Amino acid sequence: MRAYKPKDNVQKKPYYTDRFHKVPHVAKEAVESDEVFAADLEAIKAKFEVLDAYIQVGQMVVFIKPQDNYAVLELLRDELEYTQLSEMSAIDFLAEKNSFEVFYQMLSMNKVKRIRIKMNIAKGDTVNSVEPLFRSADWAEREMYDMFGIEANGHPFMKRILMPYDWHDHPLLKTYPLQGDEAASWYEVDKIYGKEARDIIGPELRDTAQVDRYDSERFARLGFEVPKGTEITGNEPKVTQEYQEDGGVFLIKEFKRESSTIIDDPQR
Amino acid sequence: MAQIKNRLTPFFENITFDREDNEMVLNFGPQHPSSHGQLRLMLHLQQEQIVKAHPDIGYLHRGMEKMAENMIYNEFMPTTDRMDYIASSANNYGFALAVEKLVGLEVPRRAKVIRMMILEINRLMSHLFWLATTALDIGAMTVFLYAFREREYLMDIMEGYCGARLTHSAIRIGGVPLDIQDTFISQLKDFLDKLPQNIKDYEDLLDTNRIWLMRMEEVGTVSTEMALSWACTGPMLRASGVAWDIRKEEPYELYDEVEFNVPYSDKGDNFARYRIYMQEMRESAKILYQCMDMYDECVKNNQTELMAHAPRYVSAPKLDIMTQNYSLMQHFVLVTQGMRPPVGEVYVATESPKGELGFYINSQGGPYPYRLKLRAPSFWHTGILTDLLPGHYIPDVVSIIGTTNIVFGEVDR
Repeated sequence: MRAYKPKDNVQKKPYYTDRFHKVPHVAKEAVESDEVFAADLEAIKAKFEVLDAYIQVGQMVVFIKPQDNYAVLELLRDELEYTQLSEMSAIDFLAEKNSFEVFYQMLSMNKVKRIRIKMNIAKGDTVNSVEPLFRSADWAEREMYDMFGIEANGHPFMKRILMPYDWHDHPLLKTYPLQGDEAASWYEVDKIYGKEARDIIGPELRDTAQVDRYDSERFARLGFEVPKGTEITGNEPKVTQEYQEDGGVFLIKEFKRESSTIIDDPQR
Repeated sequence: MAQIKNRLTPFFENITFDREDNEMVLNFGPQHPSSHGQLRLMLHLQQEQIVKAHPDIGYLHRGMEKMAENMIYNEFMPTTDRMDYIASSANNYGFALAVEKLVGLEVPRRAKVIRMMILEINRLMSHLFWLATTALDIGAMTVFLYAFREREYLMDIMEGYCGARLTHSAIRIGGVPLDIQDTFISQLKDFLDKLPQNIKDYEDLLDTNRIWLMRMEEVGTVSTEMALSWACTGPMLRASGVAWDIRKEEPYELYDEVEFNVPYSDKGDNFARYRIYMQEMRESAKILYQCMDMYDECVKNNQTELMAHAPRYVSAPKLDIMTQNYSLMQHFVLVTQGMRPPVGEVYVATESPKGELGFYINSQGGPYPYRLKLRAPSFWHTGILTDLLPGHYIPDVVSIIGTTNIVFGEVDR
């Protein structure tokens, strides 16, 4: 019988886990332990529903409802001095919770504080674009769409940014395969020249460092040069060729291997 | 073999532009030498003036975030080298610090000092490289050669330390793998003693150079609002009037113990950025002098530890591994299975030479990160070209790309 492999998460799995391994957690502190964060949270709570909030590794994490994201970020920018959206993206929790976690990493330069706003959205849902608030969200939301397929409503140019426009699927999903299949390996050839050219072009050479010393079409050995295309199996020259034009070349001295010196001090 | 054109999906390059408004579309890159990597800019031109700019990236996309999800934490370290390959130790450090914060490691003091020295050397290397390539793009060949000569000294020092010149992997999670070599301090001192004169030489060549000033002054002006909105960091932000340096504001390692200034300007143009890069090199030198004193103190106080003591996450020193059975077992488990940080998440920002380099790690307790987001400064410094270029002329494009100091290893990741 084949071993069971989950389809909803095809990423690499640890090959061994100790039966007695107890998973520790990073400590979550109460928001009240920090004055600035507590005040910020109060301001958010006054207007919006907060699902969860805590401080982890010195940064406050606030879970909000997905429909509030634009308004919360506007509040943070205009009233709470979080003037920069450093980063935003998503995490794929489809296998566990059937949802994505979208996070907005905010920075306040006046308070020297960082907040992470998070929200859960179901598969297939869209988020409100925050591009009108922060221009940095323009590219960040495009990257999120490219990597997870989460579209941002109201974004001016919702296209892929890193992957080619005609790419299938979204690479950072946990269901995205780790290795390409037969069709993927012929992608460019099929696209540009057509399927019938596969035989002529041949499979892609994946080892870029490969050197075939008997292939005189594409490679040459310094000092053992032969005319291009020569069959050199067994009958290649045994000694180094010291090449020099007859009668010498103007201004160029003849190279004599025995009288050359090798410098081994890199500092000189 | 003829290329079958209609097999391609209609795409930008297959569309002909027959418009009556005399607008021309110019494709800049992705193989243009002054685009500093694989940047493709689609520029809409009215005569020589740009009316619309559309940066197109992704030509160097290697899926590092995906790779990270399928690697143990230590395995990912050499991959971070390939982000900002001009200052690769800065990436190594950002990742190491993020994991250390996640698992709560305390790095020994001597390792901290060595890390700071490596980071500042990397900053100098990056800034020298920036100066060299930008000057070359604008036509100053001499500055290019001078700056590369100085960078070569630094690369030799780094090579002596870790064996690599570009992709260092010189930092480990929990500390540094090696103590600095005997010649490190003396070589560095020699270099730093000459550096002020070198910087002065560059400035003498550039500061009053008419061509340089024409391409720099009042070109590519980024307002404070624009810089904040586009999440600009590093010299891009400091040139636009915000004195924000993470080393100063959220100090990591021993940056709170050293004295240095944060140069900033409120002009926001190319020239302001150029001045900031030059000034930052002087500040880096200042930090390095102080680091050398701190290192001497560590030697005097006999602080020899280089890696954090945390058997769950970090292998024991080699001597212990070779002599003690339990250390060997730990090492074996850490190498084959990898460390398993606690469940939780962390976002750690460090000041890389280009700006705020952030690592967001979400761990679900497994040996591989569940999600790792790389926040590379250059990504946003490329995005800002959309808003920055319109209104400028074609020759300014090259100098603006130059002063944004983007590196495509970290834009595309």
